[in-house]
Amino acid sequence: MTTAIHKAPAAAWNPDPVREVAERLKGLDGPLLPILHAINEQFGYVDERALPIIADMLNLTRAEVQGVVSFYHDFRRAPAGRHVVKVCRAEACQSMGAERLIGELEKSFGVTLGETSTDGRVTLEAVYCLGNCALSPAALIDGKLFGRLDAAKAQAQVSK
Amino acid sequence: MTQLIYVPDDAAALSVGAEDVAQAIAAEIARRGLDAKLIRTGSRGLLWLEPLVEFASPKGRIGYGSVNVADVPALFEDPAHSGSLGLVEEIPYLKNQQRLTFARCGITDPLSLQEYESHGGLKGLRRALEMTGTDIIEQVVDSGLRGRGGAGFPTGIKWRTVAAAMAEQKYIVCNADEGDSGTFADRMLMEGDPFLLIEGMIIAGIAVGATKGFVYIRSEYPHAIAKMNRAIAIAREDGVLGSAVLGGGKCFDMEIRIGAGAYICGEETSLLESLEGRRGQVRPKPPLPAIEGLFGKPTVINNVLSLAAVPTILAEGAAFYRDFGMGRSRGTMPVQLAGNVRRGGLIERAFGLSLREIIEEYGGGTASGRPVRAVQVGGPLGSYWPSHLFDTPFDYETFAEKSGMIGHGGVVVFDDTVNMAKQARFALEFCAIESCGKCTPCRIGSTRGAETLDKIMQGENVAGNTALVRDLCEVLRDGSLCALGGLTPMPVLSALDHFPEDFAGKTLAAAE
Ligand SMILES: Cc1cc2nc3c(=O)[nH]c(=O)nc-3n(C[C@H](O)[C@H](O)[C@H](O)COP(=O)(O)O)c2cc1C
Ligand code: SF4
Ligand code: FES
Repeated sequence: MTTAIHKAPAAAWNPDPVREVAERLKGLDGPLLPILHAINEQFGYVDERALPIIADMLNLTRAEVQGVVSFYHDFRRAPAGRHVVKVCRAEACQSMGAERLIGELEKSFGVTLGETSTDGRVTLEAVYCLGNCALSPAALIDGKLFGRLDAAKAQAQVSK
Repeated sequence: MTQLIYVPDDAAALSVGAEDVAQAIAAEIARRGLDAKLIRTGSRGLLWLEPLVEFASPKGRIGYGSVNVADVPALFEDPAHSGSLGLVEEIPYLKNQQRLTFARCGITDPLSLQEYESHGGLKGLRRALEMTGTDIIEQVVDSGLRGRGGAGFPTGIKWRTVAAAMAEQKYIVCNADEGDSGTFADRMLMEGDPFLLIEGMIIAGIAVGATKGFVYIRSEYPHAIAKMNRAIAIAREDGVLGSAVLGGGKCFDMEIRIGAGAYICGEETSLLESLEGRRGQVRPKPPLPAIEGLFGKPTVINNVLSLAAVPTILAEGAAFYRDFGMGRSRGTMPVQLAGNVRRGGLIERAFGLSLREIIEEYGGGTASGRPVRAVQVGGPLGSYWPSHLFDTPFDYETFAEKSGMIGHGGVVVFDDTVNMAKQARFALEFCAIESCGKCTPCRIGSTRGAETLDKIMQGENVAGNTALVRDLCEVLRDGSLCALGGLTPMPVLSALDHFPEDFAGKTLAAAE
């Protein structure tokens, strides 16, 4: 989920929490997305090695699980930076200068949209609407929603 | 008497500092030792005024707009003067609305079932519990309610199909994927009056014989997800949900499911795939979800606003609801005014309001102070409108006649610095990013289209490339399984048709 915040480097790989999560949620109707969300949140991403475990526990093929993980923008394949800035580049935010803001953020974080800075400090990503379109431009910074955002405010938030 | 003070706990209000303001108010109350109580509400939808703080008074609630932490002490020193907006209910933007669905939003504590009831909540459900399923459905049909998610299909007719289907299990699925840029009404409602959606879903369940509901909420809405989860827990605890709805013989329960960042999952069959734990790929219709929906069972799938309109229809009667509106667009529409606009927010009015009234009278023109050049209505698949069409009334049929759609009711304003060729390019880029991958024109043609627009913007064979884009739009329209590919031509062609000067090949240089 978008609320995942990862201050510490991702914990070393350990299959046990994956099994625990899958065990706990597999009784739901349609359990795969809830399981992937829980893992994405707990680890900060969905590790390759989690896929066969989940597949096995849900009686799916590994390819099926892989296909689901790759379909959805939320599921990360690698850990994110310590701060995640998801900036809206949909139409309402465009009308209030989202493209300019993205350019400024790229500069001030030293990163290209869609990537993590080399020091692992910030991941900058595009999203398409956060439901804050009357207070554009908007972004989610470490899971917190901001409206009427400018580069200085975003920088201050990430420096906290 | 205890002084009541209200601060919204709505994601938009929080995004501009409402939490800090609420904390400062709590601290000020403590510091002054006042007999005062802070209540967190949803938002009134006067979003340009957020954080909007309200003080109860014998005449009504007095509002203070755009409050920041530094303003807080002054609110207590001279409540009558310091930046007061006067009575909130008298602010023209709000006073000139017809709030049926959003009647309580911003007024009550969203998680107080007691307040919900004392402000008219559960009346519709109580009526429904005394009626047959068929009678409930006929009320909804008679009200004229049409789907607020985009397609505008009559809600009652859909329910009839599900009611008539024979199955031991049926489902109610609420579509809260709200992916359209410029829209936020579903979010505001789930955060500001979640019991209304719950009530609407229970009524739908009773009407068609479904005992289980799911709300599919996009992951971009963490605050709404949290509120809905808490509201469901409270409703369960108080016997509104569960094996004996309001102590009677009906049973209904529901849960929240979270999307994973895919616009296409707002399309109903893709949403069902996603709920079942698969890639959100669109299913061919038939079979209709009403006959073979979630887990192959008959399923009602409706937008948040469609379901949230139902309690009012049951409580006040079909005729009451139907009396609002024009033509075949009955009832009220929560219009969401967004983008480059001075007063953005939620405007719930009977159908028939003109775009000009929305943009000028409510919106007050652009935020930048420059002239309005274009508005996009109905989300990323909706048309761009030029100012000479602003007298068009908000009505499904009139919009369709002018090659537009009202969709989920989003209106996004652009000033005269907008480059419409870029907007057309973005529509195609968005289609490429969000395509589920089933149809070739949508998956690949969209990227070709974006590249062709780049060429046009660079002045390369403008006439030939423009013809190519138009051809591609035809292919998209005719060769797509769903409206993502099928309607992407709307923003592209409307930009081309209404703003041809931006496609003359020099726009890039001119804008930069
Ligand atoms: C690409 C695409 C995205 C959609 N997104 C949404 C959405 O976010 N919310 C919604 O309620 N309907 C959305 N719809 C419409 C749904 O397919 C469906 O018509 C709607 O959920 C039915 O509910 P209603 O009759 O109450 O409107 C979308 C359709 C398409 C083609
Ligand atoms: S039009 Fe696009 S999104 Fe719709 S089914 Fe085809 S490929 Fe999928
Ligand atoms: S378009 Fe950016 S928040 Fe909706």
